[in-house]
Amino acid sequence: MEGHKLVKMVNEIAAFFHAEPDHAVAIEGVAGHIKRFWDPRMRRELLQWVDEHDGEGLTELAAAAIRANRDRLSPQKTSG
Amino acid sequence: MYSVKVLDAGTPVRVSQHLVTLEIDGVAVTVPAGTSVMRAATEAGVRVPKLCATDMLEAFGSCRLCLVEIEGRKGYPASCTTLAEPGMKVRTQTRKLAELRRGVMELYISDHPLDCLTCPANGNCELQEMAGVVGLRDVRYGYDGANHLRAEKDTSNPYFTFDPTKCIVCSRCVRACEEVQGTFALTVDSRGFASVIAAGPTDFLASECVSCGACVQACPTSTLMEKSIIDDGQPDHSEITTCAYCGVGCSFKAEMKGTQVVRMVPNKDGGANHGHSCVKGRFAWGYATHPDRIRTPMIRKKITDPWQEVSWDEAIAYAAAEFKRIQAKYGRGAVGGITSSRCTNEETYLVQKLVRAAFGNNNVDTCARVCHSPTGYGLKTTLGESAGTQDFDSVEEADVVVVIGANPTDGHPVFASQMKRRLRQGAKLIVVDPRQIDLVRMPHVEADYHLKLLPGTNVAVINALAHVIVTEGLHKEDFVRARCEPKDYEKWKAFISDVRNSPEAMEAVTGVPAADLRGAARLYAGARNGAIYYGLGVTEHSQGSTMVIGIANLAMVTGNLGRKGVGVNPLRGQNNVQGSCDMGSFPHELPGYRHVSDPAVRALFENDWKVKLDAEPGLRIPNMFDASLDGSFLGMYVQGEDLAQSDPDTQHVTAALRALECLVVQDIFLNETAKFAHVFLPGSSFLEKDGTFTNAERRISRVRKVMPALAGLADWEVTVALSNAMGYPMHYDHPSQIMDEIARLTPTFHGVTFEKIDRLGSIQWPCNDKAPEGTPVMHVQEFVRGKGRFVMTEYVPTEERSTRQYPLLLTTGRILSQYNVGAQTRRTPNLIWHDEDRLEIHPHDAEQRGINDGDWVGVKSRAGETVLRAVITDRIQAGVVYTTFHHPFSGANVVTTDNSDWATNCPEYKVTAVQVSRVAQPSEWQRQFTEFDKRQHELLPAHEQAKA
Repeated sequence: MEGHKLVKMVNEIAAFFHAEPDHAVAIEGVAGHIKRFWDPRMRRELLQWVDEHDGEGLTELAAAAIRANRDRLSPQKTSG
Repeated sequence: MYSVKVLDAGTPVRVSQHLVTLEIDGVAVTVPAGTSVMRAATEAGVRVPKLCATDMLEAFGSCRLCLVEIEGRKGYPASCTTLAEPGMKVRTQTRKLAELRRGVMELYISDHPLDCLTCPANGNCELQEMAGVVGLRDVRYGYDGANHLRAEKDTSNPYFTFDPTKCIVCSRCVRACEEVQGTFALTVDSRGFASVIAAGPTDFLASECVSCGACVQACPTSTLMEKSIIDDGQPDHSEITTCAYCGVGCSFKAEMKGTQVVRMVPNKDGGANHGHSCVKGRFAWGYATHPDRIRTPMIRKKITDPWQEVSWDEAIAYAAAEFKRIQAKYGRGAVGGITSSRCTNEETYLVQKLVRAAFGNNNVDTCARVCHSPTGYGLKTTLGESAGTQDFDSVEEADVVVVIGANPTDGHPVFASQMKRRLRQGAKLIVVDPRQIDLVRMPHVEADYHLKLLPGTNVAVINALAHVIVTEGLHKEDFVRARCEPKDYEKWKAFISDVRNSPEAMEAVTGVPAADLRGAARLYAGARNGAIYYGLGVTEHSQGSTMVIGIANLAMVTGNLGRKGVGVNPLRGQNNVQGSCDMGSFPHELPGYRHVSDPAVRALFENDWKVKLDAEPGLRIPNMFDASLDGSFLGMYVQGEDLAQSDPDTQHVTAALRALECLVVQDIFLNETAKFAHVFLPGSSFLEKDGTFTNAERRISRVRKVMPALAGLADWEVTVALSNAMGYPMHYDHPSQIMDEIARLTPTFHGVTFEKIDRLGSIQWPCNDKAPEGTPVMHVQEFVRGKGRFVMTEYVPTEERSTRQYPLLLTTGRILSQYNVGAQTRRTPNLIWHDEDRLEIHPHDAEQRGINDGDWVGVKSRAGETVLRAVITDRIQAGVVYTTFHHPFSGANVVTTDNSDWATNCPEYKVTAVQVSRVAQPSEWQRQFTEFDKRQHELLPAHEQAKA
């Protein structure tokens, strides 16, 4: 999938949780949403794209959420 | 009227705590106060002759046939307009009454053609029946006097005729149009003997009539008569089933001759529709036997190959082999399936089971993805359940009705009639819509506020409404304290109170005057009962889920949840959107909205299905398209859904479909998606199978097979066969067994069985030990999630904004006579009302572009271009254009973009920046579409081409 599209999607999720004053809750909101709703291959490709482009294009909250939840968002090898 | 006899009590039922006992022809009967003598007589088993009375209408008292004698009273009062009173002694049959009734009938018959034997109502005519009942033997006045027997018949409507020679001017049709439908299209023209029923200045077709058929149903003679009955004669039996169109889910009696449907009559015991219908449900069922129906399975290796007709076994074996080959080559997750909101609960359940158990992944999604998926997310997040909170009847107790992003008179017409009735009784109305929908101003209905917002600014409006309510202290603090999470509420309250959410701050963004917004907020908050109804104008936005959350916040903060007359009510687009979602059609949820990552839930299904389930969510429809293009998703089973026409950014969708190695389409027609398919499995219409649909009010109703499946198999049988061929055995003898399995595994369905639905008529889930007969209103004592949860809803403007290149905002919707992608309604006479999609444009925008009414105009966005004819109208505001999407050649979705809701990927159909200009020819896409469409028809077997 196209990396810029996945980045746009993560940023839109982050924009929703941006209103949350508690940063930790906002980060959990973004990461939890991706974990609950994204197919593993989308998460894998997002993480790969972030690595290859050094997180380019991600908003601050989106980048922080991915950084803090990298292991959790990484799909198990058996999935997908 | 019903052909297959249904008891007509003459006047409507009354509900009252106070009971009245009276005596009719010596029989004691007890009825609720307010009941007519006529109805009381019926309940006592006494039939009083009548012509102008029917229990679908209020009493009128004009025919004078239902006269009775009441002890102690002078004269002969009409039993329909006389209310039952305690101790009343009524006589319905006396010599004098018989004389009076015969006299009345003589007058009627003196001006009526005596052609009973060749009349289409023969054997089912109330006038004929009453002539027999009163013992009419002679007409003393003769038949040569002044009469109406040469009046011209109006055949303009495609479904029924109006024959004034048969009319007795009882006004039942006029009253049905007013009371039942609420359109006021008919009137009694002139007075006395010259009185005639009139539908506008010329004929029915040119009038305001919406062809709901209530008048035809009400007519006691053959004056208003279905053309199907004229052509085929009276039916001999009937079966109760459920309409396959919108989310109202009307109950119908399919009136039959053998296995041929000759008429669909709305069921007056139907919980959703109470005997009413719209033009689609009542009349537009002919598609089921349309020559375009494909009746034989077909396969081909490439989409450029001719289709090859094969047996069911060959087609299923080929599809299964292809799916297995793709999985062996590209991985388990390389295939998936789409369930349909047009199929039954049992069928959608089986498709998701096939994907999870036989394909071994969670790549299952449903067309609710592109309509109400934000409803599921938003209501589950705030209230704890992915469903509307009320039944339709709840609107009868609403004092303020808020309609947001919905057009009920076109999209949900039968519920709209119920809503209009309440509005005529005095309930207030707030409409939030960029376009002037009919409800804003129509006969006897006028919105108190029309918040004519700019497309894409819903969340700004809902926040501003909440801001006013909270900052002006109009909220219900007691309700919130008792029913909602206090910490979340405090956080939300601080957020919403911020001045950035005020109507004044948002006016420039929304285009809604701050004063109107404040007025609307005060009206809703001040209502005893405030009810919100919303549609796809809420969900199909980049902030669709945020808006649903905002609506739930607003209802909670005003205490408008948990009782009749209030609530949050999503108006579902298709007949089984609610059901398909309930059945686990989403890639992250098993049936009953339980996440696939929950080990306990998976264990429940694994034990029952005897298979290991994937704990990771699968691909959603837009993700499937992207994955197809990147080569990781190459096999798709699509049941009853037309992705190529209904999904946004058509060229992206069709590129993805072309990239699939195996596309299996199961449908009743060769739809746009099927033109990219390798396997075509002929589907069955709602008339050809058993099962259930669940409507927008969570009402589970039976779909009953009234004719054999034209291709030999019902849809559920095909899925079973495919699963067996994939190596995962499924065994069901009847859909009732599938429902038993659903009930076994889904807490909200625990109490549901076909037997119980048959007994009760319908059931609103949750139906379980706590609510054995269902739940009309949810969240009564507490919310499903326990405490209601306020969630902050920051307004985030869509990226789709008007620019110099694309200065107008396109928004889309639907029209009364057509349904969704039009696959069904385009194959009916409904085409007479809408044979093409047009672009509505404001006079100012048209003038600037030199566009005249009816001109061909190019509509261009960053996604693509199409050409439509223009309609110049001020229903739409300047800067905004509007079209429908019922015809494939229109290419409305060629223009819509890949923007989508942040939470669910529901497409942003409602906002597309476009430029509009006069053109002289179709777009390049339309030229290619025409060519491709022609080529695909040429690839059909010769006998299928001949039909076209």
